[in-house]
Amino acid sequence: MYCLIGAEVAIFAIFVVAYVFYIGKSLSGPTPKDVLHAPILFTICLLSSSLTIQLAERELVRGKTNAFVSWWLLTIALGGAFLFGTALEWRHLIFDERLTISTNLFGTTYYSLVGLHASHVTLGLVALTIVALFGLLGHVRKEHAERVAVLSLYWHFVDAVWVVVFTVVYVVGV
Amino acid sequence: MSTDAIIWPQLQTESRPITERLHEWVTTVDHKRLGVLYVLYAMFFLIVAGIEATIIRIQLIRPHNDFVSPQVFNRLFTMHGTTMIFFVIMPVLFGFANYLVPLMIGARDMAFPRLNAFSFWMTAFGGLLLYFSYVGASGLYGAGNAPDVGWFAYAPLTSKTFSIGNSTDYWTLSLLVSGVGSIGTAINLIATILCMRCPGMTLGRMPLLAWLNLTMGALVILAVSPLTAAQIMLLIDRHLGGHFFDTQAGGSAVIWMHFFWVFGHPEVYVLVIPAFAFASEIIPVFSRKAIFGYAAMVAATVSIAFVSMSVWAHHMFTVGMSSGANIFFVLSTMAIAVPTGIKIFNWLATIWGGKLRLQTPMLFCIAFLFQFLIAGLTGVTLGAAPFNWQLGNSYYVVAHFHYVIVGGILFTLFGAFYYWFPKVSGRMYNETLGQVHFWLFLIGFHLTFDFMHVPGILGMPRRIYTYEPGRGWDIWNLIVTIGVFFQAAGILVFVFNLVWSFFRGKVAGSDPWDAWTLEWSATSPPPVYNYAVIPTVRSRRPLWDIKHPEDPDWRYE
Repeated sequence: MYCLIGAEVAIFAIFVVAYVFYIGKSLSGPTPKDVLHAPILFTICLLSSSLTIQLAERELVRGKTNAFVSWWLLTIALGGAFLFGTALEWRHLIFDERLTISTNLFGTTYYSLVGLHASHVTLGLVALTIVALFGLLGHVRKEHAERVAVLSLYWHFVDAVWVVVFTVVYVVGV
Repeated sequence: MSTDAIIWPQLQTESRPITERLHEWVTTVDHKRLGVLYVLYAMFFLIVAGIEATIIRIQLIRPHNDFVSPQVFNRLFTMHGTTMIFFVIMPVLFGFANYLVPLMIGARDMAFPRLNAFSFWMTAFGGLLLYFSYVGASGLYGAGNAPDVGWFAYAPLTSKTFSIGNSTDYWTLSLLVSGVGSIGTAINLIATILCMRCPGMTLGRMPLLAWLNLTMGALVILAVSPLTAAQIMLLIDRHLGGHFFDTQAGGSAVIWMHFFWVFGHPEVYVLVIPAFAFASEIIPVFSRKAIFGYAAMVAATVSIAFVSMSVWAHHMFTVGMSSGANIFFVLSTMAIAVPTGIKIFNWLATIWGGKLRLQTPMLFCIAFLFQFLIAGLTGVTLGAAPFNWQLGNSYYVVAHFHYVIVGGILFTLFGAFYYWFPKVSGRMYNETLGQVHFWLFLIGFHLTFDFMHVPGILGMPRRIYTYEPGRGWDIWNLIVTIGVFFQAAGILVFVFNLVWSFFRGKVAGSDPWDAWTLEWSATSPPPVYNYAVIPTVRSRRPLWDIKHPEDPDWRYE
């Protein structure tokens, strides 16, 4: 998983470089300053889901499977809230601000970078949901803690990437 | 350590129907079978891309030749380059790594056998996707055509405006798909080498081949991922109307070059480091000496990997960069010659004073040493920015990188084929035919690629489909093309030798070379489980310790 994360880091690095390189190079509007509002609430959701998945993992190591499932479901809810936030933001950008991926360079780089991250969140949520289903059916037990830890490592990575993406898009870029 | 195979009840393996055996190969997760599949797959594409190269050279044999049209010529050099890099050399190296690494570190399989199978089939379908473009990539008028944008596919050639139809998409997707396979294999190799070593095999006792493949795996992860990212951007540009490489909307064509070469240059080392690995295994065995400077070899490899991440823009001197960038990339390019030089001296010191056995694998490795040295020297000349401004994008560059890839990588690969053929097939190859192959290929190689430097210096640009007579290029192009036929003859002898020996060769036994690494303690071919009892090692040459209990290596290490 560390190797996979290494590969993913390289992919994100290229997209981040492209985003930073093209800041302010758009030939036409809208610009990030006009349309972007930092999604602070949903960011808090995503980042706190790292904490809840950690708590879930700890409960599993202790063998408390019910507590594990509860924390795990909360993680999924927080991740889902974040995706919902992204959806709201995109809806606003597309329908109110008329910014799509082909509008200008900002649109291209913004939707690719945030979209790449959102697709990782989606993938993570699918994996988390599968584990949750197994957990609800009572198939996730103490001895699976190591495998669950691998998945939660991926989730932490997705969260950590959001810190970078947030910084680049909503702090540096505007 | 036990080298005995477990005797299973007689299963009548020979009489089963062919469909059943085929099914077994298709669904296999055994690292040895996947290794063989990788190699066979790469051999097939080697022939295909070799034929493409031959057509290119026939077209250039004399001025104003019209053997193929300019459009076909563009497709040929694109397909030749892409196929050779992504669907010949990478798979063949992955195949060898797959086959040898678990055997050499005393493991029963790779860390993730199913990921392994997945990676192979991704690579395989990537190659099929690329060649399907010949029938599937219909342009505006419904005529199929293959990618024709060159193997590095510079923007804006790849934009919708200049690349109508889907040929470029086939190129993009096939590299994307096979890239996923490559990353999977790299993850698998790293996990295998770090977690599956047999008792006693510390990192410092690993065969160099395992060390070098570990480095290669790390490089694949760091190099192929940026390519994947760049291909995603290209797809966004072509299909969602993005502007990453669209200069009309403020995008940059140069950033594609950066992204491509961030992949492209480490890729060279992805290809050459396993070639170094073969040389590092073959040269000691055929010099009857332990490798000279093991620790220095490992350190040099790892530093090559590090430095190779920071030299990419030496492919872009002619594009025009700031003088600061030029100086940085000149110096980093020069710096990479240092660890490479260390390796060459170590191989020479291994040969020095050894009892040389000049059999086919060793012949190829000796030729590799000379040729790789020359390739490195022309590389250093090209790494100097002013020289590069003069010769960039000329046939000098083509000669240089073919010297690396053919003279360096392909020669050690042939050596590796002959060296491990007895292990994989259980039969010896024919030594006479092997040497015929060596000499034919050596002569052909030098005819082609030595003389290819000359028209480059005389100003012949690469990727032109024909040229005017009277520029002093004619005779050189003729010689270059003649060399190709020697090489093709050599390849035919090689393929014939392997096929014939597979059925009719002498039975090899488990250790025909009197070698020292673990794979030679398994039977030939090794059983599915590799080792009945997982071996325990105490030194870098475990088989030497067994053969010479009076003077084992572990006393000195």
